[in-house]
Amino acid sequence: MTKSNFTRRGVMKTGAAAGAAGLATPTLFTGAVWADAHTGFTNAPQGDTVTLGFNVPQSGPYADEGADELRAFELAVQHLNGEGDGGMMQTFSSQVLDGTGIMGKKVQFVTGDTQTKSDAARASAQSMIQREGAIMISGGSSSGVAVAVQALCQEAGIIFMAGLTHANDTTGKDKKANGFRHFFNSYMSGAALAPILNNLYGSDRKAYHLTADYNWGYTTEEAITSSTEAMGWETVNAVKTPLTQTDFSSYIAPVLQSDADVLVLNHYGGNMVNSLTNAVQFGLRDRMVGDKKFEIVVPLYSELMARGAGANIAGIVGSQNWDWKLENELGDRYSGTNAFVKSFGEKYGFPPSQAAHTCYVQTLLYADAVTRAGSFNPCAVGEALEDYEFDGLGNGPTLYRGADHQCFKDVLVVRGKENPENEFDLVEIVEATPVDQVTYEPDHPQFAGGSLGTCNPGA
Amino acid sequence: MTDQTQQAPGAAAQPRRAQTANTGGALGLRKKDFAIFLLVIALTLFAPFLLNPFPGNSAMAQFNAGYPDLMQRFVIFGIFAIGFNILFGLTGYLSFGHAAFLGVGSYAGIWSMKLLTLNVIPSIIASMVVAGLFALLVGYISLRRSGIYFSILTLAFAMMSFALAYSVLTPITGGETGMQLQYFDARILDGALEPGQTPRASLFGLDMAASETLRFGAWSFTFNVGYYLAGFMMLIAFYLSIRIFNSPFGMMLRAVKSNQNRLNYTGISPKPYTLAAFVISGMYAGLAGGLLVAMDTQVGAERMFWTASGEVVLMTILGGAGTLIGPILGAGFIKYFENIVSTINKSTLEGWFSFLPDTASDIVVTLIYPFVGKGWHLTLGLLFMAVVIFLPGGLVQGTQKIATVFRRDKKAEPVESAAAEQRKSAED
Repeated sequence: MTKSNFTRRGVMKTGAAAGAAGLATPTLFTGAVWADAHTGFTNAPQGDTVTLGFNVPQSGPYADEGADELRAFELAVQHLNGEGDGGMMQTFSSQVLDGTGIMGKKVQFVTGDTQTKSDAARASAQSMIQREGAIMISGGSSSGVAVAVQALCQEAGIIFMAGLTHANDTTGKDKKANGFRHFFNSYMSGAALAPILNNLYGSDRKAYHLTADYNWGYTTEEAITSSTEAMGWETVNAVKTPLTQTDFSSYIAPVLQSDADVLVLNHYGGNMVNSLTNAVQFGLRDRMVGDKKFEIVVPLYSELMARGAGANIAGIVGSQNWDWKLENELGDRYSGTNAFVKSFGEKYGFPPSQAAHTCYVQTLLYADAVTRAGSFNPCAVGEALEDYEFDGLGNGPTLYRGADHQCFKDVLVVRGKENPENEFDLVEIVEATPVDQVTYEPDHPQFAGGSLGTCNPGA
Repeated sequence: MTDQTQQAPGAAAQPRRAQTANTGGALGLRKKDFAIFLLVIALTLFAPFLLNPFPGNSAMAQFNAGYPDLMQRFVIFGIFAIGFNILFGLTGYLSFGHAAFLGVGSYAGIWSMKLLTLNVIPSIIASMVVAGLFALLVGYISLRRSGIYFSILTLAFAMMSFALAYSVLTPITGGETGMQLQYFDARILDGALEPGQTPRASLFGLDMAASETLRFGAWSFTFNVGYYLAGFMMLIAFYLSIRIFNSPFGMMLRAVKSNQNRLNYTGISPKPYTLAAFVISGMYAGLAGGLLVAMDTQVGAERMFWTASGEVVLMTILGGAGTLIGPILGAGFIKYFENIVSTINKSTLEGWFSFLPDTASDIVVTLIYPFVGKGWHLTLGLLFMAVVIFLPGGLVQGTQKIATVFRRDKKAEPVESAAAEQRKSAED
């Protein structure tokens, strides 16, 4: 499919009929080429069912995220099979999904435990591909795992719809033609946070970074330092902390000795909960450096982390891919949010996390792409997803860029609530940074070095 | 370093009928060992059939394990455990850091594929050599102590290696993300690939991932090139391990295990022997690491984590430490649990028990669910406890006990009969 700048949300809203005549013609044309081919690629679905593989951490540090992702996958499969209220399928700009599974085939799924280890994740994905005949793999809560599984899917000829993975590398130097990411990334966090931090705390600040000592930490630190330095901040120091660290006191104490007035915690999950708690215990929230109040920034926020950190997150700024209150607070640009929260809430009794949201959306996007392409062939699906513009999935108008298979959409800047009403309402939305501000060139230095390659349909 | 491991009862008082087993073998093996070797060859060759006994459309298909990735893991971790058993089973030195050699071997293997060629042979050789050298260094230092101190030293080395690979050495290990092949790697023997091409490991052009599937109605059996290469390697590894077990060198290692002081008093220094065993065992681990890379071209630092070192100890003990075939059984057992039992989720269970009335089905599912899926560790732990308590000789002892029941032969062979036999024949 060729990229067209004329494609606008409105065109798609007028429906598939209008699209067929106009801009979408190339898609349909190539789609027809693939349509006959129900063999000739790995795990071509036989019979009246199709199997998707959901590979999520069920044990280890990100098990909470994994459990929520699995809930969302189950919900998505129900909706695709026409059970329940349909969730975001009602608000999705593309209306080709009709609740009869994918292309009339009932959707089944298999699950596996990544253990947040790349070896285990690959073994589990291999079993889904080789034993269960999965046609698509999704999920994951760590960039290391996402990169490893994405490469495996590329080799095997399977589509990989990445779950929660925030490091730049997933769609940067390790991008693959068979892999697609809906979640935002470190660069976007930096680009979205910088102007807000400038407004809130001024341009004359000295930042001290504590960074989780692994790949995601590095790319996040790089993204945040480069965007904050561009607006005048100074980076005093950047210290790596071991991923397995649970007590950060020895890392926080030197912050007090320095002249820094902002602490950036490039931590996620349990790391962030512990480091933030330590920072608050050391009185950093009440500290004054000169005439400036000391501030703490957490680049990647999540509801599950906020719940873990409790009252400590009050007033702390970070970025998110999506939040369940989005449509209520910022209007129907973010339509789909309420539909999803409603069906998720009815099924499970609490609102979904952003990890759940991205996994749900990825599943729908995959099903939609297959239907539009008229084939399960990974190359046809890839073509249908590349440079695809859609709306109504909770993030506003979104582009799946063909050059690196990254989604571009608004990024939320959030802040911990001072007086949360309940345990699910812990963050307030400061601003939704428009997509233009977080868009970058595919060959941006933070993403350079890789190549998508060509799509691999496998055997 | 005495009595560190299970001494099977009656190992010293072995009946003389062992003599008869010494004749009639081939390939320099005794009759009984040759029989075991033939059994392992048969199991390896026919694994695609044996592991896929259930038709694909039945509910029992969940228990099929005959897909290439898992079969490869069976034999590769079999090699790892065989190597570990040469050290632990013979000398009694309990290394708690063997995964480090596996990891170092993997990194060496992937760098050979990155820099030299996609052919797996140089990569496997590189894995074994580098792992052997690393084992020499670690062994030279760690073997100054024995018992728990030795275990702690090896554990420390392994955790150091893990920490280095995970963060400090990120440029050569890829850190948390791990190391993968890229189309732009140098590969001086092969030449560069086209941009975006996927590099694939091969044996002189034979793709490791190539598979042939045979279908009989609902049954399907997959024959994979990589599996048969790894299986062939395991057979060589197994054969060498039998030879080592039966060699004078193996005897010296057993002497170290039974009484190191006595050895010292007779004027023999045990250190060259233990160090040699340590290095051989490290090279086995390196071979396993190299094969892992050859089958699946990526390395993650987690494979050097201490839990991975613990896993091989479990495999060896579960199967039967000091026995020939035990480690292979143990490796297969644990990998089966990790990959098969862990994939049984709630909806699978509900499917199985849907024939029951709703309430009964709910109760059964609720009772079983904690033990499968993500609870597979729990089941494995219970089984491990049962084996250690009731079958201190591991699964091998279990099969011997069962065999005894059928043969109605009350004089069951103790686990370490092979060792006892040898001791006996050496005394004659």
